[in-house]
Amino acid sequence: MRLDAVADLELDPPYLHPDYRATVLRAPRQPFVKVPAEWFHHARGPAFGRIAVRDTDADLTRQHRGEPLGERIIITGRVVDSDGRPVRHTLVEIWQANAAGRYIDPVDDHPAPLDPNFTGAGRCLTDGEGRYTFTTIKPGAYPWRNHQNAWRPAHVHFSLFGPQLASRLVTQMYFPGDPLIPLDPILGSIADPRGRELLIARFDAETTVPEWALGYRWDIVLRGHGATPMEA
Amino acid sequence: MSAPTPSQTVGPFFGFALTPFDGADGGSGESVRVEGQVLDGAGEPVTDALIEAWHGDALARCRTDEEGAYHFTIAAAPAMNLTVFARGLLRHLQTRLYMPGEEDEALRAVGAARRDTLVARRDGAVLRFDIHLQGPKETVFFA
Repeated sequence: MRLDAVADLELDPPYLHPDYRATVLRAPRQPFVKVPAEWFHHARGPAFGRIAVRDTDADLTRQHRGEPLGERIIITGRVVDSDGRPVRHTLVEIWQANAAGRYIDPVDDHPAPLDPNFTGAGRCLTDGEGRYTFTTIKPGAYPWRNHQNAWRPAHVHFSLFGPQLASRLVTQMYFPGDPLIPLDPILGSIADPRGRELLIARFDAETTVPEWALGYRWDIVLRGHGATPMEA
Repeated sequence: MSAPTPSQTVGPFFGFALTPFDGADGGSGESVRVEGQVLDGAGEPVTDALIEAWHGDALARCRTDEEGAYHFTIAAAPAMNLTVFARGLLRHLQTRLYMPGEEDEALRAVGAARRDTLVARRDGAVLRFDIHLQGPKETVFFA
């Protein structure tokens, strides 16, 4: 396959995917109005002055007095644009359930224990090569009420801004070998198996720190071009 | 060239992580407060939506409450980009908010019958802008 053919693949999920019930009343039904990307999609994105990022925000195991329960992991990867150029100094935000599958969010009523030493929210800026790294614990699976006996596979939510409006991405990262993956209508909303694969991290022995934490590698490609226009 | 990483829903539990903020700085000094409601195809409030408003260097972020209502304050501008995320939205939605009387080529690209879904309404000191994800008053979204 030609490389530019890969870039043109439609790997995003549709808006309407009835197996994920919440889409039925929330997916727009009118066709979208297509406008040339340069009108606003490709305009340079906003500054993040209001979002303070401290070095400690990238280590979710060090945000409380004690250590959270669970399997300590490191998630790292590179953020690039559609041309493969690094997306530098962009904001990456993550959030997740604790090891028992419970979010600290007050909306979550799953009767699994909260962990007083784990919030489950982190943020960082990518470095000069587009790299990000988080230290956290592996999230647990949890039930949801989409269908009979529905359980979400373990996942970490990611939010990235990138250089343009068009590069904005909110998605979820999954773990390799999770038996719940083939049953999940949210990941399953992506029809092309190559698209689903892009959301599954790989275990990485090089990232793994001996006697300390398992490593996972997950690279992210943001839509759009011109991530580093000053150097083009 | 690489295929972009696919989108997934923001889900219901983002509120503790994606903190809200206003975007009043970054403009001429004048700012506007925008208030609205997000509604689904049954006319029910969407109580777990995340809204981002952006123009130039001004960026504001907020979430809807138990009545589907949201509000933010941002530097004044003739038009701004609004991005909508929610449980049940596998991809985010892109729309535009226009001040009353303002228009540009993007608004003119919208059929006259649906153009008013993108125009905010003055309500005293605030601007009202409701977002209908579906239904007869469905907001125009851009691709």
